[in-house]
Amino acid sequence: MTHLPIAPVLIAAFSGFLLTLASRAPLAFQRAFSLLATAAGFVAAAIGLHEALNGPLVYALSNWPAPFGIVLVLDRLSGLMITLTATVALLALLAAVRGWDERGRLFHPLYQFQLMGLYGAFLTGDIFNLFVFFEILLIASYGLLLHGRGPGRSRAGIKYVVVNLTGSALFLVAVGTLYGVTGTLNMADLAQRIPHLSPADLPLLRASALLFLVVFGTKAAVIPLFFWLPDAYSNASSPVASLFTIMTKVGVYAILRVYTLAFGAPSTGIGGLAADFVMAAALTTLAVGMLGSLQARSLRRLIAYQAIASVGTMLTAVGLFTVAGISAGLFYMIQSTLTLAALFLLADLVCAERGAVADALTEGTGVRTWAPIGLLFMALAISVAGVPPLGGFLGKVMILDGARDHAWSLWVWAIVLSTSLVAVVSMSRAGSVLFWKSHHPDKAIKAVDRGVFAPVCGLLALVVGLTILAGPVSRFTRSTAADLMQPSAYIEAVLSNRTVITKEGGDQQ
Amino acid sequence: MNLEFFVATGIGAVTAAGIYLMLRARTFPVILGLTLLSYAVNLFLVATGRLAVNAPPILRHGTDHYTDPLPQALVLTAIVIGFAMTAFILVLALRAQRDLGSDHVDGEE
Repeated sequence: MTHLPIAPVLIAAFSGFLLTLASRAPLAFQRAFSLLATAAGFVAAAIGLHEALNGPLVYALSNWPAPFGIVLVLDRLSGLMITLTATVALLALLAAVRGWDERGRLFHPLYQFQLMGLYGAFLTGDIFNLFVFFEILLIASYGLLLHGRGPGRSRAGIKYVVVNLTGSALFLVAVGTLYGVTGTLNMADLAQRIPHLSPADLPLLRASALLFLVVFGTKAAVIPLFFWLPDAYSNASSPVASLFTIMTKVGVYAILRVYTLAFGAPSTGIGGLAADFVMAAALTTLAVGMLGSLQARSLRRLIAYQAIASVGTMLTAVGLFTVAGISAGLFYMIQSTLTLAALFLLADLVCAERGAVADALTEGTGVRTWAPIGLLFMALAISVAGVPPLGGFLGKVMILDGARDHAWSLWVWAIVLSTSLVAVVSMSRAGSVLFWKSHHPDKAIKAVDRGVFAPVCGLLALVVGLTILAGPVSRFTRSTAADLMQPSAYIEAVLSNRTVITKEGGDQQ
Repeated sequence: MNLEFFVATGIGAVTAAGIYLMLRARTFPVILGLTLLSYAVNLFLVATGRLAVNAPPILRHGTDHYTDPLPQALVLTAIVIGFAMTAFILVLALRAQRDLGSDHVDGEE
């Protein structure tokens, strides 16, 4: 179990390399291998989550003790994030092997490298290493975004890459400033050193902390840094867009991790500073995302705007920086990620059956198999809008409850509730245009076969299952949030050398 | 006028030029701007280890004049990544120009 934290990263890395070598092998082999590797990654992530329940696991790369070497840390939050990633990745890949992966070479290697970057970003305990994993996941995502070609993709691709390269440059400036002031980049070590900094260094530290907020905000597509997202997500092939629903969560994860751990010390004043920015940005993001979904003219654009709004909702909860708030945010994140991933996959089926009209929100050719597609859309729309009985509703209630004593509570309540209404309007309008007003299917278009519903149904089943198990899940997110607000166990685990492996192999106690 | 002043001014000038070029409408100047910005960032990263002359980045017994090796390791990584990204966006820009028939960042005039 000593090597468990690095297992998901290694599985994805090695299968990525092998699949690159096998890129001319028969597609059936590549599909089988890729599915197998992703499933193995899921198993490793799930075991990791289970093990992390007993306290953080630390893996010192090359056996260099922290803070001198890089560490991977598998705690509850990381375990949750990698398991969620692996779940979405497995189901999106099941959808991709039904045809999307034929439309260009190297789909499978890129997919694995994307997963490697995601797992690494969630696991690392070092800020510079976080940058490196960000770059890995970004360069793989550039390839995946452009997969399948098309002018729309090239146009969206340029913007996406330029925005992210600028973000990377800012990330490096922030890292450099942070290192110049503190002399370390290990997050646990930062947490210990920052309270002892001389007051003269604090302005520089604050500048660096806020630069990190800008960088992570870009990844999370927060106002005003979201303009790249609707184009990128609505132009990407749908399994890729489905996997990309995790990508914005990387930004939210990084904000959560860095501001509770590295900059968590109250003496620096960064917490309060960041909380105000996060809150204002989150509420604006939520409002703008929902308004965007009202004006969207195609289903995939609508879902992309819903993805922006969901980041806004999550960050609203996270921005409370209380146990209840973060717990609610994590609960909402699980639901909304699964729901949005399912919606992107469903949009692809709508496109396939409507022919030339594709997913445009205009009356025209209807879908042939309206029964599963329309009903699935309704269930997912309920979840995304946060209407009872599905889990999105519970998440929003927890957020409202968590915000009760907060200074911004009035704003949180007003915006979360009114945007839920907007979500109901935009989703039901899209549903009625697509499934009621367009009721003449084109006889020339073949109905999609039943197998394509499996990934969407799988994701929906998870949403329903998590709603039924809301009690245990919310207890888990609550203890995760408690760990984050009280990071002493994490710091202790990283900075004591007890997990370093000795030459004899066993754990040195 | 000390070394710090010149390095800081240089970084500032390169950053300003990079940002100006990034705000242009054609892909080629934008890419040049990104490249300049990444040069400026790399210089900045080296400078975070403090500027020292004739100091090796290696700690040995008996040496008390050395410089911090970590920023140099960081900047090497950053250079490699920056280089790969520049190569990628260059290819992407060429393809976008071919697909869209325009080198405007919006894909149309």
